[in-house]
Amino acid sequence: MSDDTPAPKPKKPVLGEKKRLEARRKFLRSVALAGGGVTAALLGFVPVLAAWEPRLRPPGALAENKFLASCIKCGQCVQVCPVEAIKLADLLDGFGLGTPYIAARDQACDFSCDGLQCVLACPTGALTHEIAYPHQVRIGFAEVARPDKCLAMQGKGFRGRIRDEAFRGKFRYNEIDRWNPLPVRSQEFDLPLCDLCVRHCPIEIRMAQCAAGKPPAGDKNQCPPKRAIGLEPMASAPDPTARQPVVFDGCVGCGACEMVCPTEPPAIVVDMTKNADTRRSS
Amino acid sequence: MNRVLESVAQLFGRAPHKPEKHEIPIPVQVMYEEKKKTKVDQAYLEKLHEEHRGNHKWRNRRWVTLLVVNLLFVVSYQFDVQLVEGALTASRALGFHMADLNSALQVMLAFKHVVLNLVIGTLTVFVLWFLLGGRTFCSWVCPYHLIAEWAEGIHLWLRDKGVALDVTFHRGTRTLFWVMFALLAYATGYTVFEFISPTGILSRALIYGPTLALLWVGMLLLFEIFVSRRAWCRYICPIGLTYGLVGVLSPFRVSYSPKDCAHEGDCRKACLVPHVLDVTIKGRATDMRLPIGADCTRCGLCVDICPTDSLKYEFVGLHQAHPAPEPPPRAESA
Repeated sequence: MSDDTPAPKPKKPVLGEKKRLEARRKFLRSVALAGGGVTAALLGFVPVLAAWEPRLRPPGALAENKFLASCIKCGQCVQVCPVEAIKLADLLDGFGLGTPYIAARDQACDFSCDGLQCVLACPTGALTHEIAYPHQVRIGFAEVARPDKCLAMQGKGFRGRIRDEAFRGKFRYNEIDRWNPLPVRSQEFDLPLCDLCVRHCPIEIRMAQCAAGKPPAGDKNQCPPKRAIGLEPMASAPDPTARQPVVFDGCVGCGACEMVCPTEPPAIVVDMTKNADTRRSS
Repeated sequence: MNRVLESVAQLFGRAPHKPEKHEIPIPVQVMYEEKKKTKVDQAYLEKLHEEHRGNHKWRNRRWVTLLVVNLLFVVSYQFDVQLVEGALTASRALGFHMADLNSALQVMLAFKHVVLNLVIGTLTVFVLWFLLGGRTFCSWVCPYHLIAEWAEGIHLWLRDKGVALDVTFHRGTRTLFWVMFALLAYATGYTVFEFISPTGILSRALIYGPTLALLWVGMLLLFEIFVSRRAWCRYICPIGLTYGLVGVLSPFRVSYSPKDCAHEGDCRKACLVPHVLDVTIKGRATDMRLPIGADCTRCGLCVDICPTDSLKYEFVGLHQAHPAPEPPPRAESA
C-alpha cells in the first residue's frame, strides 16, 4: 500500500457518556419490545390450556394438537364448501385464530360436494388427504343428549318448517335439486312420527341411494359400509308408536341431525370428543 | 467488505458499515473530490426539486397493485371466480399452490411434517419473490404495509406537532423475534407467530369478514402512530426478514448512482428502512453503481423523491438503471 496511510486511529472511539446511556436505553427498550411481542403471541396459549370452546373441525381434521400445528389459516376449505359450513375462529380461540370450525347447529356439513372438497383444498394436510369419502370422516359422534326433548321418543310427529325464521341452514335435497343445496326452511314436512334426523343423515341417504343402485356420483366407493342412525322401538315406552333415534357405528359426526332437529335446544347433538373409532375401542 | 455479506448483516440488524478511504475505489474518490470542488448549482437543484414535487408514480402503481392483489382474493371468493383461492398465508392462484414463506416455515416447524402441496407452494413463492426482490412482498402485497404507511403519515404529522413520540429500537430485535418464533413453533407445536401476525389477520378479515383480532392490528397502529414510527415492519415482523433473505441475490432492486446525487437525504427521510440508503451519504458509496441492500422493500418512495434520478429500479439482465460508469479519467500508474 502507499505510504500516505493515515496514522492508525482507535477503531471504535469511546462513546461519550450521553451516547453510552442512550445506547443502553435503546438496548433495554428493544429487550422490552421483544418481551412484549412474544408475550402477546404467547397469550394464544391461554384459551388452548383452558380448552376454551372446543369446536367441530372440518372433515379429515387431524387430532386437535396436530391440527393446530399444521393449519396455515388460509381458509381455502371455507371457500370450497358448497353449504358454507366452515367458519374461521377468532382471537379468543387461541392458536385457533384463523383455523376452520363447523358450528353444526347453524350449518352442518352435508357432504353435498361428495368429494370432500375441503380436504382436497387443504394445502398443508391439516385436513388429511388420506380420506376421500364421506363415510371415512370422523368429525365427532352424534348423541341423543336430551332424550326428553326428542319428538319421536314421545311418539310425536312433525308438521311445518324446521326451526325459526332466523335459521339459514342449507341442505342438499337430492330428489329436488341434485346440484344446489336448498335452505332447509324451504321445505315443508308432515310426518306422523318425527324422523327428521334420520331422513337428513347424509350417510343414511347414501346407503339408500346405493341400495337403489344409484350411488352418489356413480361411484360405488361412495357407498357407506355401515348405517349411521335409525329409529328403533323403545323397550319401556308409554306410547307404543314412540321410537328412539339410535346412533350406529357409521356415524361420522357431520351434524346434519343436530342442524335439523326441530326442538330447541336440539335433542340430538354431535359430541366432538368421540368418533366412531374411539367409541368402538372404548 | 463483501457487498452481499454487508447486505445480510444489515438485514439482521447491524448498523451500516462506514467505508474507510481505502475501501473506496479511486474513480469514486475522484468523483467525490470533483463534487467538493464544484459548487452546487442551487437554482438548478431547486428546479429539479420543483419537477419532482408531487411525483408519486411508483407509490401510486404500488398502491394499486397492492389493492388489486388483495381484492383479487376477495373478489375470487365473493363472486366464486376462483382466480386466487385462500388468503395471503396460503392460496391457489389459477390452480397453482402458493404458500407464504413465513407461514409455511412456522407450519413446518410446528408440525414437523411437510406435505407435497406445501413444498410446491413454498417453492413457487420462493422463486416468485426471488425474482421480484424478496421484500417486494412487503410493500407491494402486504395489506398491513399499506395501512401502516397511512398511519405513518399521521405519525409524522403528530410528531412534528410534538404530540407523538419518536422512539427507536435496535433493528436486531427483528432477528431476535424471528429466532424466538421459530424456536417457539418448533418447541410448542403451535404456530405462535400467526396469532399476532397482522398480515394474516388483515388478509383473512378482508376475505372472510371482520374479526375481533382486528383490535390487535388497531393496537399496533396506535403504537406506531403515537410511539414508534413503523415499529412492526422495522423491528418486529419476521415475515419481512424471511422475504429479505429470499431477496438477497434478487435481480430486481433499486440501484444507486452517486454521480449526480446532491446528498440531501430526502430519500432517507421517506424510507421505511433508511439504513439501506446510508450509501447515499457523501463519502459512503463504494462504487459508481450500487445495488441497495436486501432489507429494501422496493417500495420506490426514494425513486419517486430523488430529484437527480440517482435512485432507480433495475432488473439485472433486463434493465440497467444507470449507464455503465465511464472509465476513470486518469490512469493510475503504479
